[in-house]
Amino acid sequence: MKLVKYAAIGCISFVIIAGIAIPMVPQPQSWLEFPVIPGLEEKARNIFFHVPVAWASVLGFLFALYYGFRYLRSRDYEYDIKSVSSAGLGMMFCVLATVTGSIWAKFNWGSFWNWDPRETSIFILLLIYGAYFALRSALGTDELRARLSAVYAILAGMTAPFFIFIMPRIVGGLHPGAKGDSAGSAPVAQLHMPPNMLLVFIIGIIGFSLFFVWLLHVRVRAARIEYQLSQEK
Amino acid sequence: MEFLTGIWGVVAKDVRSELRTRYALNALLMFVVTSVATILFALREDEVTTDVLSGMFWVVIFFTAMSGLSRIFVSEEERGTAMTLQLVASPSVVYFGKLLFNIGLTLILSCAVTLLYLAVFPLFMIKSMELFVLTIVLGSLGFAAAATIIAAIIAKANTKGTLYPVLSFPILIPLLMTVMKSTARALDGEIFSAAFGEFQILASYVMIMVAGSFLLFDYVWKE
Amino acid sequence: MTPVSIQANAVSKEFNRGLIFKDISFSLSSPASLSITGKNGAGKSTLSKILAGLLSSTRGSMTYVIGGKQIGIEEFKHHIGFVSPYLNLYDEFTAIENLEFLSRIRAAATPPVERKKELLTLVGLWDRRDDAVGTFSSGMKQRLKYAFALLHHPEVLILDEPTSNLDEEGSEVIHRIIQEQKKSNILIVATNSKNESQWCTQQVDLIPVKK
Repeated sequence: MKLVKYAAIGCISFVIIAGIAIPMVPQPQSWLEFPVIPGLEEKARNIFFHVPVAWASVLGFLFALYYGFRYLRSRDYEYDIKSVSSAGLGMMFCVLATVTGSIWAKFNWGSFWNWDPRETSIFILLLIYGAYFALRSALGTDELRARLSAVYAILAGMTAPFFIFIMPRIVGGLHPGAKGDSAGSAPVAQLHMPPNMLLVFIIGIIGFSLFFVWLLHVRVRAARIEYQLSQEK
Repeated sequence: MEFLTGIWGVVAKDVRSELRTRYALNALLMFVVTSVATILFALREDEVTTDVLSGMFWVVIFFTAMSGLSRIFVSEEERGTAMTLQLVASPSVVYFGKLLFNIGLTLILSCAVTLLYLAVFPLFMIKSMELFVLTIVLGSLGFAAAATIIAAIIAKANTKGTLYPVLSFPILIPLLMTVMKSTARALDGEIFSAAFGEFQILASYVMIMVAGSFLLFDYVWKE
Repeated sequence: MTPVSIQANAVSKEFNRGLIFKDISFSLSSPASLSITGKNGAGKSTLSKILAGLLSSTRGSMTYVIGGKQIGIEEFKHHIGFVSPYLNLYDEFTAIENLEFLSRIRAAATPPVERKKELLTLVGLWDRRDDAVGTFSSGMKQRLKYAFALLHHPEVLILDEPTSNLDEEGSEVIHRIIQEQKKSNILIVATNSKNESQWCTQQVDLIPVKK
């Protein structure tokens, strides 16, 4: 875990330095220059932070679902601790992704919230996290809480694939790659970034994933100690 | 064969109980009337689009369903008959019995809302009948499928009433978005094949929900 | 009646992460009778629910054998009659309707009128057969639970607090039912009363586990 911690710190520090310090020039010549993307300009730098954070919030949900499933199979509370800890982290990242995205949207598209497909998706993820924790607080015993919240996470996970099909049909998008988008910012979404930007972006994704794993580890340990203390009383 | 007899037994019991107590049905129908009246006050003689009308249509169905569909599990749990049922029937018999009952209730509910909308909104005209009917049928099936498993979950919780819509909404969003779109198509008089994509989504939603709830129901129902 | 046997193999149950009882083992082959005793909160009701398959054990397992063949609990449930404060009947139905609906859900053939009459007469409710259970007193409800439990001639009868809410006459009836069941089948009684536990030949005493 120590290794994960230092790797996460290393990756994220690199992304902060490289993502902010590398200048943007119209005609990039060397590895230390990013191209200017029309329509986004300096604001494009947010992609190194916003997308990895959104990714971590999805990761949180996937982990919660996976450990919930493991709990149902084994009835071992250890998995419930892992499941709820990762849902808690996922919710935190989800809020962060919503905030960073909405600020970006304000400066790029003119308003904080536009109901474009990806904004709608992150909103639904927030709703699912909210419902998950509302359910947990309404259940009386540890056993019920663990069992039913795992079932709910799986149910919510089952509906996720539908959004991939439904969203583009129902609402026109603003995000790069969607129908209503101006051609200018498309390179960012389709990962047709210049190699140096792509490198920073991928290191950002890896860094935030490792950061998530490390935070999860810390939270699980804290939850275990909390439980032991409550037993000793 | 035994399986079907058992399921039918659960449905018969719930129908008889409903007819005797009128708990869910009366409340549901009154809820429909009050919410449609509220919408009427708000809209008056505004010229609303079909998108708004079909949205309002499903909003009424959603909140009405959320007020009554949890009853089938909550009443068993509250009166301590859940274990009796557990003793005489296997979880899958209980699940399909309750699902069928809720499907029936949702269909009655959607028909009632449809009739009321036809009566009070002059702009609510069904121009493509078969498109509308299929949307209502598939929509009700999906609604009942999701509502039944969530009802089984919240029956075990302390705050049942408020929790029900909170838990159901995220699960129902894909369904709601699709049925709203396809209802609007029916009101606009589009041809049947125009909504083919929506029907594919609805049919797979129903199948995935029923199959998933069936597999998960054991974990919810058995202590 | 078909010979049946039930075996508990080191059954333990935890509730809210606290151990209630652990390593309960016994073996019953018809005819047999077992009493489950212990203080309040020792897990008598919990153990009887586990025996009836309404609750799963945290560790250990149950084995059910009927006619020499081992079967799963879902199938074996049809051979169990269970009377417990946790198993209520439907208030909005009459006594007769409760018996009919529940046996329909069990997917057994509708019990013949004679069987219903025999049982309701036995527990003294035949005159009230068409009244809603909601209008019954708690003692009458308890009597009706016996009629429900015995409806399908169960090979295994599990009674949790058998005489709660019953008057002297009711207890007398229950006593007769119990004697009858013991003769060729399996009887399991969870009780606080010394008197009731002496009905049975075998005994499981649940001792609270120290944390």
